[in-house]
Amino acid sequence: MSASIVDTATNSADEKAFRKPGIRYNPNRVAHNLNKLGLGYFSPFARLIGRDEPAKQVREILTNTLLPVVAFAVFILIWSVLASIVKTDSVQIPSPHQSWYALTGKAIPLLGHPFPDSVDGHSKPYFAENEGLDPKSINGFAAAEKANAQKYYVSQNERVQKFKDRATAAEKEGDSEKAEKYRGNAEMFASKTYQGNKTFYDQIWISLLTILIGFVIATLIAIPIGVLCGISPLFNVAVNPLIQLFKPVSPLAWFPIVFVLTTWGIDTPPSDSIWQRALWTSAGVVMLCSLWPTLINTAVGVASVDRDHLNVAKVLKLGWFKRIWKIVLPASLPLIFTGLRLSIGVGWMVLIAADMMAQNQGLGKFVWDMYQNGDTMSTAQIIVAVFVIGGIGFFLDRIMLVFQRLVTFEDQSI
Amino acid sequence: MSAYFEAINLGKTYKTPSGDAVIVDGFELTMKKGEFVCVLGHSGCGKSTVLSMVAGLNEISTGSVILDGTEIEAASPDRGVVFQSPCLLPWMTTWDNVMLGVNQVYYHASKQERNQIVEYYLTVVGLADAMKKRPGELSAGMRQRVGLARAFALSPKMLLLDEPFGMLDKLTKFELQQVLLDLWNRERLTAMMITHDVDEAIYLADRVVMMTNGPAARVGEIVEIDFERPRDRRELMLDPRYIEYRKQLISFLEERVYLLDSPSNKTLAA
Ligand SMILES: Nc1ncnc2c1ncn2[C@@H]1O[C@H](COP(=O)(O)OP(=O)(O)OP(=O)(O)O)[C@@H](O)[C@H]1O
Ligand SMILES: [Mg+2]
Repeated sequence: MSASIVDTATNSADEKAFRKPGIRYNPNRVAHNLNKLGLGYFSPFARLIGRDEPAKQVREILTNTLLPVVAFAVFILIWSVLASIVKTDSVQIPSPHQSWYALTGKAIPLLGHPFPDSVDGHSKPYFAENEGLDPKSINGFAAAEKANAQKYYVSQNERVQKFKDRATAAEKEGDSEKAEKYRGNAEMFASKTYQGNKTFYDQIWISLLTILIGFVIATLIAIPIGVLCGISPLFNVAVNPLIQLFKPVSPLAWFPIVFVLTTWGIDTPPSDSIWQRALWTSAGVVMLCSLWPTLINTAVGVASVDRDHLNVAKVLKLGWFKRIWKIVLPASLPLIFTGLRLSIGVGWMVLIAADMMAQNQGLGKFVWDMYQNGDTMSTAQIIVAVFVIGGIGFFLDRIMLVFQRLVTFEDQSI
Repeated sequence: MSAYFEAINLGKTYKTPSGDAVIVDGFELTMKKGEFVCVLGHSGCGKSTVLSMVAGLNEISTGSVILDGTEIEAASPDRGVVFQSPCLLPWMTTWDNVMLGVNQVYYHASKQERNQIVEYYLTVVGLADAMKKRPGELSAGMRQRVGLARAFALSPKMLLLDEPFGMLDKLTKFELQQVLLDLWNRERLTAMMITHDVDEAIYLADRVVMMTNGPAARVGEIVEIDFERPRDRRELMLDPRYIEYRKQLISFLEERVYLLDSPSNKTLAA
């Protein structure tokens, strides 16, 4: 009883501290900023913290949370039913549980094992090295690779130490030539890195790196050309047919051409470099396909800059560089970013296909390899990859959305 | 008295699908240096057309405009323009909006001098506290203050204002008329201002120019406003001449505007 009294007392004291002027928490402002950052889901929470119509906020949170959860549950149900129906001799549509196992390498306890064979096939110690994860699963494979790498570096260190010891021994004997040789050996071993297999997580990073390169190059090409199209009707007339012609071309058609280009233009890098030719090929295909939305939106944005703003430039007799930099570009930023957002979406979609064709070590390669395996476990890993690809695509889109909102100024014409 | 500004037989014809539309024809006006002229006329008669031709933002079809001895061609900072919507650049702060023009006109001045100019004009229009704000954060009246500061900061030969206070409420309008007069009293720029508001015209102008109705609008009547400056709004209201001017202007706009033949009608009849 007394405890509860103390509780309420401290609570009200907290509340007072909370409302002190200076650190006033403005729920509306926080909610507005969250919306602006594409985190609208959390704005009712922010309002709830500020005690702004708590009942309404709780209702909103519940609807925003429960409805998607229900929809997801229905989706899982339909998926499970489909998985139990669609079966061929060699492979089936993996169930949600199998997909979970394919990612984590651990069965969900009460559901029984989704791949009884894969447990029977291996002896206990093999599992033990992978923290009890099935090494054929995504996480199990990653854990195994990590263990291998550790083992490799331990033995490497031993070897390096051995040569260093020999070098000091030789030095003591006064044989500086030998000591030099041993020291060189030690250095050579120390500089080596582990060349293991790429894990799923490496492949995610490589995919992100690839799209980043493709997207940045595409942006650097598309925005200047788009600006030229927008300010010069003549230039626009000249290049518009080309744009319309190349815009609808599939990445699969671009691939062979880009492949020739990269084979011609890029020397074969050492095998342990991440800058493989395949990466550039893949990035090139992404670039060619994600160029167009930015280009077209930039052109439209530049061509439709508010007359009033252009009049300002005219009255002030701004030079062309200032006109572009201070007026035309800022005014068309919202549309440019709309284009960039579309571009990154297209690029990410194209990337998987490009990775498959180019054999770039990204997510597309992962999907391709698993497809080649052809068994249910591999198919389940593809399903995991589908979720990851979707999730990253969503994330990229959100980032661009935030940028888009940041550059869009509230309309100032009264 | 020599003319500082002169519009000679100024005319504008638009090509439309249904033939040529003569909007303005034979617009003649001379102004002395430092004169403040208000242009009154019915909506759509072509006031903005005349002003934008003078500003160099709209091509002149016939005639010419001479300012300070030279014929005007393209738009230039020697004619500061203030529109009904202030046309500020929303991605720049108040300060940068004014500085953009100052940089163009005072490119030979030092950075410090340019800063002083911007600061001076923003302070005079009462925006000392809003220099680092973006237009989106300002009220309509404040934005138009920036518009005025931007135009005056160019130290133009002539000031062109197109219904600058048309969208403001009465009180804000009074405030801004005051701001405009204060600025104008310091520099005595030659100014042409379009307005729909008879009281505003009388309060601000040395002469009120009334345009006939379009098509082929031109100058109908000109009324000299003989009040000495600086003017006080309340004193003005009590002056018997005020009522007289008002009557003159309104009766023109209500009656005579329709009776006057435009020159093109005459030539057609001839
Ligand atoms: N590009 C154009 N082509 C054809 N007619 C035009 C064009 N631009 C303007 N006009 C016509 O010219 C006439 C005069 O327009 P203007 O904007 O100068 O009128 P205004 O006197 O400023 O009117 P308001 O008081 O409403 O601002 C209008 O009837 C308009 O329809
Ligand atoms: Mg007008």
